[in-house]
Amino acid sequence: MIERLELLLSAPYVQKLGVRFDNHGDELTATLPYAEALIGNPLIPALHGGAIGAFMEITASAALLAATPLLALPKPIDVSVDYLRPGKPADVYARASITRQGSRVANVSVEAWQERRGAHVAGLRGHFLIKPAPQEA
Amino acid sequence: MSDDIQAHLDSLRPFLVDGSPHAAALGFQLETITPNGASIRAPYREDLIGDPETRVLHGGVVTALLDHACGMAAFAAMGGKKANATLDLRLDYMRPARPGEDVLAEAECVKVSGLFAFVSAIAHDGDRDDPVARATAAFMVTKAGEAAAKRARAEMKAGASPISQVKT
Repeated sequence: MIERLELLLSAPYVQKLGVRFDNHGDELTATLPYAEALIGNPLIPALHGGAIGAFMEITASAALLAATPLLALPKPIDVSVDYLRPGKPADVYARASITRQGSRVANVSVEAWQERRGAHVAGLRGHFLIKPAPQEA
Repeated sequence: MSDDIQAHLDSLRPFLVDGSPHAAALGFQLETITPNGASIRAPYREDLIGDPETRVLHGGVVTALLDHACGMAAFAAMGGKKANATLDLRLDYMRPARPGEDVLAEAECVKVSGLFAFVSAIAHDGDRDDPVARATAAFMVTKAGEAAAKRARAEMKAGASPISQVKT
């Protein structure tokens, strides 16, 4: 499962954010390790909403890559991000679930949290363009 | 009145992007800030590539850029004195940004209503009639933001930098 994420993990921006993935069975959890460069407002201090949004987009891409062999990285078509709590200066975790996967478009939702799984800091819903590998006969 | 706000915003220029570690880490540059809008440039950088095969910037960079530009437009429209937080950000990725080109986000605050500001923005790589992405966002002045802005004003009086004016 993790080996299918190789192309995603080799992207310079994904490496810059330091995003990691752990999988147990068919469950994939993404981690955005805390770094000072993720702070949006240093006096609160709170993580930048854009960093959390980007992290959730990466998590959605990873879930799609893990679910099916794809010929290219998924491309976001549209996303909607809800910010529920200020992101504290700490690691962020996220899990994605694929609501529907068609032959071209997938609908994915992502939940991100910090200390408590039940207390989400943000959520994302989005459509992604995918290019599944032809099924072998 | 609007001239006063413009002068106030101009005085904050050095802090609106560079005062936000994440925006600075991505190399964002403030182009314009007015009482109802903001534009911010993301110079093309190899370390922000999202797809090694196409060398296109990662969608997340455009997300962060539009979030920051929208947040700055909301901040300016609310008078430039209250830090805000994103409530909701909706993005349409209309086409990939051209590899090698900077992306410019132009955000305009459509309406301020009490604690809330509603913003729309586009991102383009040279031709604003052929956008890369567009965003619709809502922002709110939070208690944490108000407390931070208060601390910043106190520090400003004491001679320190007003970095809490930047958004989260």
